[in-house]
Amino acid sequence: MANIAPSLSPLDITRAPEGGAVGSIQSGWRLGIREFAQNKLAVVGIGILLFYILFCFAGPLVYHGNTASTDIINSNLPPETGHPLGTTDLGFDELGLLMRGGQAALEVGFAAAFIGIFIGMLWGAVAGLAGGIVDSAMMRVVDVFLSIPFLFIVLIVAVRYGASVLGLSLIIGAFTWLVPARLVRGEVLTLRTRDFVAAARTAGSGRGRLIGRHLLPNAFGVILVNVTFNVADAILAVAALGFLGFGLHYPTQDWGDMLAGGTTYMQDGYWWLIYPVGASIVLVVMACNLIGDALRDSLDVRLRRR
Amino acid sequence: MTAYLIRRILTSLVVVIGVSIFVFLLLHLIYPSPAQDILGPKATQASVNSWNRQHGFDRPWILQYLSYMNRLIHGNLGYSYKANQSVAALFQERVARSAYLSGISLVLAVVIAVPLGVYQAVRRNSVGDTVVTSLAFVTYAMPVFFLALILIQVFALSFPIFNFEASQSLSIWHVMADWHSMTLPIATLTLISVAGFSRYMRSTSIDTLAQDYIKAARAKGLPERLVLSRHLLRNASLPMVTLIGLSIPFLLSGNLITESVFNYPGLGLLFLQSLNNVDYNALLAYTLAGAMLTVVGNFVADIALTVADPRIRLA
Repeated sequence: MANIAPSLSPLDITRAPEGGAVGSIQSGWRLGIREFAQNKLAVVGIGILLFYILFCFAGPLVYHGNTASTDIINSNLPPETGHPLGTTDLGFDELGLLMRGGQAALEVGFAAAFIGIFIGMLWGAVAGLAGGIVDSAMMRVVDVFLSIPFLFIVLIVAVRYGASVLGLSLIIGAFTWLVPARLVRGEVLTLRTRDFVAAARTAGSGRGRLIGRHLLPNAFGVILVNVTFNVADAILAVAALGFLGFGLHYPTQDWGDMLAGGTTYMQDGYWWLIYPVGASIVLVVMACNLIGDALRDSLDVRLRRR
Repeated sequence: MTAYLIRRILTSLVVVIGVSIFVFLLLHLIYPSPAQDILGPKATQASVNSWNRQHGFDRPWILQYLSYMNRLIHGNLGYSYKANQSVAALFQERVARSAYLSGISLVLAVVIAVPLGVYQAVRRNSVGDTVVTSLAFVTYAMPVFFLALILIQVFALSFPIFNFEASQSLSIWHVMADWHSMTLPIATLTLISVAGFSRYMRSTSIDTLAQDYIKAARAKGLPERLVLSRHLLRNASLPMVTLIGLSIPFLLSGNLITESVFNYPGLGLLFLQSLNNVDYNALLAYTLAGAMLTVVGNFVADIALTVADPRIRLA
């Protein structure tokens, strides 16, 4: 635009286009999605995540490994036919456990992320819209929560209430809404001075309608990016709790739990108890981070290359 | 500056009080009284009640909170009924070990990440940059304990250079001298922090490189070495100060997991033991200490930033 403008006189600019190809104006969303699809790493991330979702939830329908009954005769077998990833010290099939553990990790990861985002979204929007002393008070609450080391507080609550997928999701969600709250509030602070919000106010929109119909949809990019990062954080948190022995209770196993079991036999060289599980955690978390990075690049207008 | 300092101290105090109320209330709701644990599972309701009355656990929580805070301000962290000694004494044995592990890891992480990030920004999209970025990305997604296990596998089992267990010595001086046992725990905690720091340092360096004063410095003929050390490094490091302050909770969490993997008898391991045997006062004291450290860290980082960067006008 800048390099052709000098050659045109002001009259030329107002000239109507002479037929032919008229470029359609694309919506921000279309542009965003197209840019996202062009990001190869993001596509890889989506691929890894889809693979693990299929592997964990559809896998057990196809592959029936023994994950329920102790089988001492077949304990600690290296990978072989019948047990592609070997067996644990109790004779459980490692591949079967990997699928089951992945179910728990993904379920808690997504549930906790959505709970956290939901709370953070509302908290941030209400604080940003209210402004003044209400806003300051609500943000000090966020500061308080952010000051408490996440793992400590989650461990304390999880000892008592973290035995189930739902419980663990609620606990992790309850302590991961802080960053989204801050970001949504920041968005709302800039949005609320815009003309369309003033117009909606003039038209008689109440606070709830303003938040639900006008502010949150426009902050959706920020929210979506944070869902993916929160999923990654939640999966890491579940794994850490499981590894430390304060995660889900038997018979639900999770990946951290399995890794902790494998460390006992590290010196015996039972690698199959450690590396498949560890790599799974890293891959899923990495996939979420890749998707999040790509979403941020494509949805954040300020960073957009075009 | 003075007005800013006072306001900043006041907000920090509000946050500290908020943290103490929240943590106290949460623990109070989960474990209303340690009576049953102390008197044993067969204790009658009457003896539990009388124990509660004796030790003040029958009062409303707000009164219990106030008397706890009163004792805390006077340096009394409470009594660990499980270890049968004061929490302060328990902490005193261990605090130096945790401070050493976390402190040296944090320093090493900064010393490694800052030049690494600058290197990546200057050689943007080169092979070296791509390799470091990829490694940092993988490490960033890695649970602390898995990284620790990989390091143990490679450097303690496959190639037995280091010990797979941290030093068990009671003397902090022995611990510091024991490189054979301390290298792997320190390396674990350092690498985890480097992954986050170097990513951040790379992006702030790239932003700084695009600034006009870098162009001006180059245009006046300053050698590239000086452009990087005087203009780029100084300016790009400023946001790192804030990041280091913000990273304290993650450092403490990482410290806890590292201590658990390497069986290093510091505060993190004490926290896990306290969780296992519901040692109420130790949990409360360490969580509060972690939160205080975070608040103080953020405060110091903010002040350091305003001192280091005169452009920041205190609104």
